[in-house]
Parts: sequence; C-alpha cells; structure tokens
Amino acid sequence: MELNYNWNWGILFEDPYFGWIWSGLYWTCAVAITAWIIAFCIGSVIGTIRTVDVAWLRMIGTTYVAIFRNIPLIVQIFLWYFIVPELVPDSMGMWMKREMPLPEFWTAVLCLGAYTGARVGEQLRAGINAIPNGQRHAAMAMGLTQVQTYRYVLLPVGFRFIIPPMTSEFLGIFKNSSVALTIGVVELTAQSRQIEEYTFQGFEAFTVATVLYIAITTIVMALMRVIEKRTAIPGMISLGAK
Amino acid sequence: MLDELDFSVIWDNFHFLLEGMGLTLWLTLLAIGGGIIFGTILALCRLSHIRLLSFVAGSYVNFLRSMPLILVIFWLYFLVPLVIGRPVGTFYSVLVAFVMFEAAYYCEIIRAGIQSVKKGQIFAGQALGMTYKQNMQYIVLPQAFRNMIPILVTQAIILFQDTALVYVVGLADFLVVGERIATIENRTIEVFLFIAFVYFVMCLVGTILVGKLQRKYAL
Repeated sequence: MELNYNWNWGILFEDPYFGWIWSGLYWTCAVAITAWIIAFCIGSVIGTIRTVDVAWLRMIGTTYVAIFRNIPLIVQIFLWYFIVPELVPDSMGMWMKREMPLPEFWTAVLCLGAYTGARVGEQLRAGINAIPNGQRHAAMAMGLTQVQTYRYVLLPVGFRFIIPPMTSEFLGIFKNSSVALTIGVVELTAQSRQIEEYTFQGFEAFTVATVLYIAITTIVMALMRVIEKRTAIPGMISLGAK
Repeated sequence: MLDELDFSVIWDNFHFLLEGMGLTLWLTLLAIGGGIIFGTILALCRLSHIRLLSFVAGSYVNFLRSMPLILVIFWLYFLVPLVIGRPVGTFYSVLVAFVMFEAAYYCEIIRAGIQSVKKGQIFAGQALGMTYKQNMQYIVLPQAFRNMIPILVTQAIILFQDTALVYVVGLADFLVVGERIATIENRTIEVFLFIAFVYFVMCLVGTILVGKLQRKYAL
C-alpha cells in the first residue's frame, strides 16, 4: 500500500498558518478555563444541595443534573445559541443577539460551564457521600449549624476526595471545548481543519493539533498532581498523592 | 413568543426525523459492537505479560483519550479515503472514527472489569489445567462482563449522545436532519426543542435502566 501524499511539514511554520495554530490554541484555552470557573461554581452548589436534608433543594439539584447530562452537548450549545435568546424577555434577547461582546465565545463558555457543572456536581456529591457519617454527626454534636458543618467539615474533605475525578473533568472541558466550533468559535480543532481545507496538508494540520492536545493533557495532569500534594491532609487520607 | 410556537412542523416531517434517528441508532449500535470487540482486544493486550503489547495498548488508549472526538472524526474523515485509495462515504469514515475512539474507553472499562474478578478464580482455572484462552473464555470474561453491565450501558448512553457530533461532517443523523428541517421550514425553536426533548427522554430512560441493572447484577 502506497500513500499518494506530498509531505510538507514546513507549511506549519508559514504565514498565516502558524498564526492560526496559536490563535486556535489560545481560544481553546480561553473557552476551557473560563468555562471551568463557571463549572466549578455551579458544581459546588449542585453537589452540596444534592446532599443536604432539605427535600426541595435536593430535587432542584437532581433535576439540574438530569437535564444537563441527558442532552448531547452539541444540542445544548445550539439551544444556548439559537433558542435561549428567543425565550428570554425581548429586550434581553435583543441584547444577546445584537450587542453582547464575543457572542459565540460567551455562549460556548456558558454552555460548557453549565454542562460540566452538572458533572462536577455529581463528583462532589459522591465525594461528600464518601465521608464517613460520623464526621457529620460529630459536627452536629459539637453544635455546628448545617452551613458550618459544610463549610468547615464536609466540603474541605469532600473536595480533596474528588481531585482525581476532577482532573478528568478538567481534561474533559478542554476536549469538549472543540464543540464550540459548531457555533463559529475558531479554536484549535477548527483551525487545524481550516488549514487542511486551505492547503490539503491534513496530516500536518491534524498532527499539530493532536500534539497540542496531548501537551495540554500532560500539563493539566502535572498541575493537578501538584494541587493534590499541596492539599493532602497529613496522615489522614493518602488521596493517591505519593 | 411562546404562544407563536407551532409544533405541526414535527408531524409534517416525522418520517424524515425517524430516518435520521434510524441512522443515529444504527451508528450507535455498530460503534458499540466494534468498540467492545476492539476494546476487549486492547484490554487483554494491556493486561498481557508481554511488555511490548501492554505498552502499545496503553499508549494507544492514552493517545486517543487526550483527543477530542471531533478531531478524531476529522482525522479519519481525511485519512480513511487516503489509506483505502478511493472515497468510501462519510458513514464508514465516521464509523471507523467512533470504533477507534470508543475502543479506548471500552478498553478501560473492560480492564477494570477483568481486574474486578477475584484472583483465586484465575488460579482455580489454572489449577484445573485450563489454557489462557479457556481461562479467559469460561472463567474470567463471563464474570467480568457481568460486573460491567451497568457501566457498559452508561457508556452506550454516552456513545449515543456522542453520535450527534457527526454534525461536523454533515452525516444525516437525527440532529442534522432536524437542523435541515428547521432551516427549510424556518421553525428553529420548535425543531431544536423537539430534538433536545427526544434525546433527553431516551437518555433518561437509559439512566433509569442503569440504576435497575446495578441492583440486579450486584454480585
């Protein structure tokens, strides 16, 4: 079998393709990191309210997770982009369509944040539930209110428990940010496709994107390992930190 | 706004949507089958005592798992016709992409499943004089798959949702057919709400099923 293909790795360093790759990498990171901040906030709230002993709060949490986990991400991004501006009050819808700065970017960020938030919430719920019940009871016996119990006892331990699954969620948000290309955010995957379409050098274009995604994965994993070590409670839980 | 919605567009185009859903389900089914077969082979390689095999399988899995599925779809959309030497159609390129991508995830599930089988079972098989193949076929894999059933169904739901990404190469699945209808009939809101609702109901039913299976197959 012989491939009929003209190699040209130099194309990646030519103008404008070199700039396209960097711009793509920038937008991938921008979408993923901004969305992660939102996901972390939403996930913290959802994960917490799914474990409290207030039925209607748990109900809200469960419904949120069910909605955001059972609709494909690409459908969710279309809902945010095409449908939400039509369903909100007219003046706000007009603002979203006409005046909102970087509409594609912020739509993608909101969508990814809300979606990943549901997943982070599930992880946190599992983390809190993994804490032996004695901790909660001890906190109550000491006269801590429910809020104090969460703030000083359950959440600090729960968050430490879930660092490994959070690593894969954080990696997932970088990969999922590629879905933003469907509404016109020209991130890394979109740029590599664009280079392929302009130059027919698909091998080179997709290879550079692949290498950059692997680099992101490596950096994120190293970073999370540092966080895991820094936050480990001495002598209490090994938490996988070596 | 909401009172202007007219969902008759759904019933007028129902058979198109049904065809789209047919393609979505067919792709899901083939990708699950291919993914499990290829994933099992990968898992057996990863657990192999032959260093080279486990290294190659491990690298493959880590490699595929650091890539977004959309990039894998683009890769194979470009690569498959080039390797085969003639156009093969979008469907087959996409199917190869899904099988290769999902196999990496199935490999990890199956590996965990195999490792969940108690060591004594393998030793007992060996003590009875079974070969590696017999041991895997009659002792380890049946138990491993039983332990894995709930998570395999979960992965099937994820895969079903992932197939919507064929949008990026325009394969006429449920979402793409819906989008075309939305554009032609100028009924974006109704069609997209319907698409989201259908995916939601189907995946929710699957999620509930997972819960039931977890209770039923708990060893």
